[in-house]
Formats: sequence, structure tokens, C-alpha cells
Amino acid sequence: MDLTNSRLSVSNLTKYYGGKCALKNLSFELQQGRVLGLLGPNGSGKTTLLKLIAGLLRQKSGEILIDGVKPSCGTKGCTAFLSDSEFLYSWMKISDAKSYYADFFTDFDSSKFNELLSFMNLDETAFVKSLSKGMKEKLSLSLSLSRNARLYLLDEPLGGVDPVARDKIVSAIIKNYTENSSVIISTHLVDYVEKLFDDVLYLRNGEIALFGNAEDLREEKGKSIDEIYREVFIND
Amino acid sequence: MPFDFNERIPIYQQIVEEIKQQIVTEKLMGGDKMPSVRELSQDMDVNPNTVQRAYQELERQNITFSQRGMGTFVSNDVSIKQNIKSEMAESILLQFSQGMKSLGMGNEEIIKSVTDYLERDDI
Repeated sequence: MDLTNSRLSVSNLTKYYGGKCALKNLSFELQQGRVLGLLGPNGSGKTTLLKLIAGLLRQKSGEILIDGVKPSCGTKGCTAFLSDSEFLYSWMKISDAKSYYADFFTDFDSSKFNELLSFMNLDETAFVKSLSKGMKEKLSLSLSLSRNARLYLLDEPLGGVDPVARDKIVSAIIKNYTENSSVIISTHLVDYVEKLFDDVLYLRNGEIALFGNAEDLREEKGKSIDEIYREVFIND
Repeated sequence: MPFDFNERIPIYQQIVEEIKQQIVTEKLMGGDKMPSVRELSQDMDVNPNTVQRAYQELERQNITFSQRGMGTFVSNDVSIKQNIKSEMAESILLQFSQGMKSLGMGNEEIIKSVTDYLERDDI
């Protein structure tokens, strides 16, 4: 692999919560323009890893570099983190959420956001509190993808949405990421998104169970990424 | 073109097969401009890098060629279509003959059943 195109480099990353080890000596690279699937059951450390990369948590040891820079205020400006928890005030209208994001992030592109809203069939005048769980997820994703970030960290973007909406979300991700950006998508709903992935990282109890190129793994094993998931975690 | 992938087989190989199919059925003709990687990836809802890999493979097999700044084009070489056709027929024949032989049929029996089948009015 060409290290000069490395967008994200994680080396010997270890994280503890009190006495409990959440990530153990994790190392991998993500190249520019590629999409990584972060796959694993609940509690395997997916969200912890994304939060560390986003600079929201501190590790015990090891190093994370985004374009050569450790997670900091600087990298937050170029890293878009989509969390699975709610972060918008319920009094807000979608249009307020838009100005909120535009104020916070200099890389926020309002016209891209408007396009995404109509693609997702969301109405700018709707109140956040009136949205269903699935609509909120579509809104959060639209906000994140409207940033011209270099690294998108999407934590469970498909959790609460119906199959049709999942297809929409997958299309939106494909339409809106560019060869200059990289994406990490964490999920345990593998079959809906596997055609999005360049690389996949299977995480078990904070350690890498399997890491590789998605197409090479299909070829080597004659199985889908979803079936390999079941194979890797069958005894967990 | 909404496309149903078999996720057990590398997706780029399926895109290559689909494009070969389009050449054989003359949906794509020699000299035709191919959609851009980005267009096809949005059409098929797949990662653009996967489409890129399929395009590299097509070019490696001399089925397409790219012109700097212009895009990718289907080869003008007329033998290409014939080659793809024979290659596809070969793989259908392989599957068919294996299937028939697994039923315990000999060569003559297979040939007779094919001839009878093709002479039926309802196909």
C-alpha cells in the first residue's frame, strides 16, 4: 500500500474504561478515497474506536494520526462524526439545525444539505421533535454528509430505518463522498451496506479478528462479507 | 440500471460480466463512450472504487480503452464481441454439460435431448 495516501493511521491503540480493556493494541491504515466497514457485535469496541478518532476520548497508549496529525481541535474541523446518540435540541426546526451546523463547521455546505433534504424527503420547516427515529437518522446523516470533510465517521447510520430508507442512505453516501475523502461506517447490519465497502475490519472484544479488502475476501472465501461476519462471530 | 449483485462473488467481476453482456447484446457498440465511473457507481449503487477496478479489468482485457480527458470507450475491434460471445457460450456449455452428465446422461443422449428441445414449438 502507498503510505503517502494514508488518511488515517492507527498504531498499537489501547483504551481502558477503568479496569476494563475496550481496545487492545489495535493497528490499521485507511487510505484516502476509501470506505472502511467497521464490523462487530455490540460491545466489540466500534463506537469507542470512532470516538477516539473523533477526538472525543483519550487512549491509554498508542497513536492515531489523521493526515499525520493527532486528533485535536484542528482535526475536528476536517472530521465529520455521526453519532448514534441524539444531539439536536427538540425545539429546533430542521432549518435551525442547518444554521447550527453552518455556524459550527466552516466546511458545511448549505446547498449540498438542501439537496440531501429533498433526496431524503425531509421538510426544512419540520420540528426535530416531530421526526420519527428513522427521519432523525436521515437528518443526522444529511448534516454529516453536507460537510466537506476529509474523514467521515458514521456510527451505525442504519440502526432504526426501514429497508427503503436504508437504500436511500446507501445511495446518499455513494453520491456524496468523493475521492478526496475517506469514510468509516460501523454497523452490524452488514448485508445492506456491504457493496459500499473497500475494506472491512472485523472487531472482536477490542481486537482485530479479520482485516482485509472486501473484494479479495469474497474471492478468497467465496462468501459475502455478511456470511464472513457470521463465520467470524459464530462462537461469540 | 438497478442491479442485483450476488455478494458471494467479487462485485467488480459482476460489473465486468454485465458490461460484456451489454456488448454481446449490442446495447453497447464498438466506439461507444462508457458512463463515467461516478455515473455508473451512482446508477448501480456501488462504491466508485469497485467500478474503477472493473474498468481497469475491462481495459486489461482490451475490451475498452481510455483516452486521456475524454473518457472510456468500447473497443472498435470487431473480434472482441465474437470472443466475448464464445467465452460466455463456453461457460454456459460447461454448466449445462456438467448438469446433464450429473444426471447420468451420455453424449448422444444429451445431443438428442437438445435437438428435441430446440424443435419444440413452445420455446
